[in-house]
Amino acid sequence: MSRDWKELGLKMGLEVHQQLDTESKLFCPCPTELRDDNFDSEIKRILRPTQSELGQIDRAAYQESMQKQRFNYESYNYHTCLVETDDEPPHALNKEALDISLTLATLLNMQVVDEFHTMRKQVIDGSNTSGFQRTGLLATDGYLDTPYGRVKIETLGLEEDAARRVDSDGPFTEFRLDRLGIPLAEITTDPSVHNPEAVQHVAYMIGQVLRSTKVKRGLGTIRQDLNISIAKGARVEIKGVQDLDLMPEIVEREVTRQLKLLEIKEQLEKRDAEVIDKIFDVDDVFENTESKILAHAKSVKAIVLKGFDELIGLEVQPGRRFGTELSSYAKKRGVHGIFHTDELPAYGISQEEVDKLKEFLSVGPEDAIIIVAEKPDVATSALEEVIRRSQMAFDGVIEETRKCLEDGNTEYMRPLATANRMYLETDIPLFQISKDHLNDIASNLPELPDEKKARIIEEYSLSEDLANQLVRTQEADTFESIIKKVDVDSTPVASVLAYDLKEIKRDNHNINNITLNKLVSMFQLLKDNKISKDALNKLLIAISDEPNKDVETLAQENNLTLLSEDEVHKIIEDICEKNSNMINERQMGAMGPLMGMSMKQLKGKADGSIVNKFVSEEIQKRI
Amino acid sequence: MTYKELTGKFLEDAGVSIGDTVSLVKEDVSYEGIILDRSNDAEDGFLVIKLDSGYNVGINIENANISLIEKGDKPKIGYDDVEIEKDSDKMNISIISTGGTVSSIIDYKTGAVHPAFTAGDLLRANPELLDIANYDVKALYNILSENMRPEYWVEAAKSIADDINNGCDGVVVAHGTDTMHYTSAALSFMIETPVPIVVTGAQRSSDRPSTDAFINLYNSVGAAKSDIADVTVCMHDNLDDKICSLHKGTKVRKMHTSRRDTFRSIDSEPIAQLKHGEIISTNLSYHKRGSRDLKLNTSIEEKTALVKSFPGITSELIDYHIDKGFKGIVLEGTGLGHVPNNLIPSLERANEEGIAVVMTSQCIYGTVNMNVYSTGRELIGANVISGADMTPETAYVKLSWALGQSDSLDEVENIMTTNIAGELNNSSSVKYFLN
Repeated sequence: MSRDWKELGLKMGLEVHQQLDTESKLFCPCPTELRDDNFDSEIKRILRPTQSELGQIDRAAYQESMQKQRFNYESYNYHTCLVETDDEPPHALNKEALDISLTLATLLNMQVVDEFHTMRKQVIDGSNTSGFQRTGLLATDGYLDTPYGRVKIETLGLEEDAARRVDSDGPFTEFRLDRLGIPLAEITTDPSVHNPEAVQHVAYMIGQVLRSTKVKRGLGTIRQDLNISIAKGARVEIKGVQDLDLMPEIVEREVTRQLKLLEIKEQLEKRDAEVIDKIFDVDDVFENTESKILAHAKSVKAIVLKGFDELIGLEVQPGRRFGTELSSYAKKRGVHGIFHTDELPAYGISQEEVDKLKEFLSVGPEDAIIIVAEKPDVATSALEEVIRRSQMAFDGVIEETRKCLEDGNTEYMRPLATANRMYLETDIPLFQISKDHLNDIASNLPELPDEKKARIIEEYSLSEDLANQLVRTQEADTFESIIKKVDVDSTPVASVLAYDLKEIKRDNHNINNITLNKLVSMFQLLKDNKISKDALNKLLIAISDEPNKDVETLAQENNLTLLSEDEVHKIIEDICEKNSNMINERQMGAMGPLMGMSMKQLKGKADGSIVNKFVSEEIQKRI
Repeated sequence: MTYKELTGKFLEDAGVSIGDTVSLVKEDVSYEGIILDRSNDAEDGFLVIKLDSGYNVGINIENANISLIEKGDKPKIGYDDVEIEKDSDKMNISIISTGGTVSSIIDYKTGAVHPAFTAGDLLRANPELLDIANYDVKALYNILSENMRPEYWVEAAKSIADDINNGCDGVVVAHGTDTMHYTSAALSFMIETPVPIVVTGAQRSSDRPSTDAFINLYNSVGAAKSDIADVTVCMHDNLDDKICSLHKGTKVRKMHTSRRDTFRSIDSEPIAQLKHGEIISTNLSYHKRGSRDLKLNTSIEEKTALVKSFPGITSELIDYHIDKGFKGIVLEGTGLGHVPNNLIPSLERANEEGIAVVMTSQCIYGTVNMNVYSTGRELIGANVISGADMTPETAYVKLSWALGQSDSLDEVENIMTTNIAGELNNSSSVKYFLN
């Protein structure tokens, strides 16, 4: 499907969140690794919205508070501390995280603030024990040149990651505290991207910049949010885009949704539709219902949407109807879903009951009814939300924060945050960033991954694959350090760093013991022909298992050293002597079998090329 | 205007002030936003701007050009008035605020959490309280609890007595946590009460969504409505936002710098636990509502000191207090109640000069017993009074009060060794440690 994006007035911007690979968290000394084993203890908390410094309660924060959520937090005795449980004030700002962010700001041609102020951004969905995320604005006014033109990088923020939600069967929303406080860099572009392929590419390029610095890799360590609007629509923020390839599809589906909502608005106006602001008790209608959900519910309540018939069943995204939009608002108040007359009879509700309901509420054929079956207060609260959302249908598209679903559809999360959500984090001192420090950062900038890959292919005649692996695994610097110290063939060095280390780690050897110095010693042995390439993997395992021994000793102890040329020559001479008959018969044709015999006897103790040379010489001598 | 010299002048020259929306242009960058106040202890030469996005940034004013976009008001913190209607079916609770984290909010003057709330603001921030009682609210003073002074205990006690005389059914005192246990002890000695007097606070300020103030206040109101007519401290029982413990005002101590459940009963157990404003269990006996008539006795001696013993302590520290005219000294001795024996001559001198000396233990838990070792027996010889199982803080407050009651050393000793407000236990229990 191809649309005229320009005519639609499509505008997109990106917000990228990247976890930094620091030793410790942003405001406490805890490690930045996630845990999968059982937690040690659990804390139960509630959160309340508060005023911001401008004297207003933020509407998104207020909305979340209406759900009166209670939260469980899973903690570890020694992997998380009292800072994460909100039982101790935050420690000072992590300088390593600040420096990585300053590097990013410089790579993105940004202007760094003179003084960094840590703010509290109210988030009372429970993902932060404190009820706010600590965040600060570090730089503004940058840019990135892309094949689609220059994209403005508006802001770079440094903030703490939220606690991660874990599945639970209990009545509380459950979070694990291991992720809370991991430093995140947040990069936002201006909404100047106008087509879906371009936004995907800009996201890719920002990812390249991020990966040139010390950032975490792997699932969940980078999260992209997409801001999107069309001229007649409204700004929607789509959270949690994991797969860049999905981006064009998300854009396509969001534009569809906005166009459909506009269509609904037009229809409603044409029909002179009206949302009746009243909640009706309809228990009597379903007194003898066959529907299990309705029969088991404490109450059944309904609202009337005059002139909405068939619009609620209208598809706004593939497989999602306008009713799904209403339902996702209702779900925020603790119901599992809603029923609407466009989909009835169904779910055990009979046509007779539908007719009875319509009669009971005296509605006409153009009208729609929404039903909720739940405890009375929950049902009322949910229907109030449905009324609110239905009234918004007259405005067309609503500014919202939405969640990205796997197929590229999106689901309502909460109203778009307003600026009021932030006030000063008074427990952390203001932090001044000096020009000298910025100059230091600027003179130590890393290469971007693509640049680095191209350079090392050129400079060290590496294969594309090896160079790619080195850059991806962030071992390119180690590679260059080794080559600088030992003038050895680059391919085995690259191959060890790109593949062997990973494999050894996977087999549970401690590769932290394989220091740069040990690697240098190992490749020196290779260069001096004291070991063969084939011995490298075994020697690496020995180094990781016995960190206190030097590399040459380990090579000897593990029988990995090469024999001297004389020794090799002697052995080959013996073999040829014993097989002189074969040489006589086959002449140079004996080369293959004799090589095989020699290599077998010398396994890993001699370099193949030398064996080849001596075997060839010995045959020549005898014919 | 609280900006200091450089920035202050910069703003004055530009004719702009806090609350104005301005544009700030520097060589490579420009910012637009509202000027915010800057903490007094932060470096001069920087201006704080709140951007449209909500972020604050600090800008070095060197080579910066500022221009006014729009005049504005200084941002104010405060709640809209809440109509408080009295309901004759509900009990009347008096809330007295004294400051501290429970009633504090961010202060942009210092950039720190500061007591700036009134007792009425507490109700506005916690409107659910209105469901369970009628309130009279009073801001007695507004100080951080580290600035608490004995004279404020007197003022608080008098104010509470007034409220009780005026017919309130219970009192909640909102207090900073640092010295809450001193105040609860002081009120315990000063007031014999027919109604509950509950002291409470918060470890996380009430400007935060995660504040513990609400649950502490809600359960304190529950305790103030209950039958437990003693002076108590009501704070989180554990790290959950769920249960509060109600501690005896004389047997409680702040035991952690930052945790919510910092207040623990010492050499005792909490009188009760509360959940959702209701008592869910009781562990100790207490004075029943209405079983006593109100009696107020606020005489205290402020020249009382609390001195901690340590391995290198010298007698000068004791002599100093004697020379400066102190009337009483509480010693926080080691172990069973000891100080190095080189202090004994000075302690004898104190006794000769009519100064009351009371021994407590820096072990915090357990009872002083000066009969076991020779140093202890020498201390008894110098007429050092045993503080028994009182915490050093409670003993200090009690001695101040006892010295207010009598000039006679014998009488003071008699008061110190007689249980007045649950501060002394006859016997110990295995349950009284680290609970």
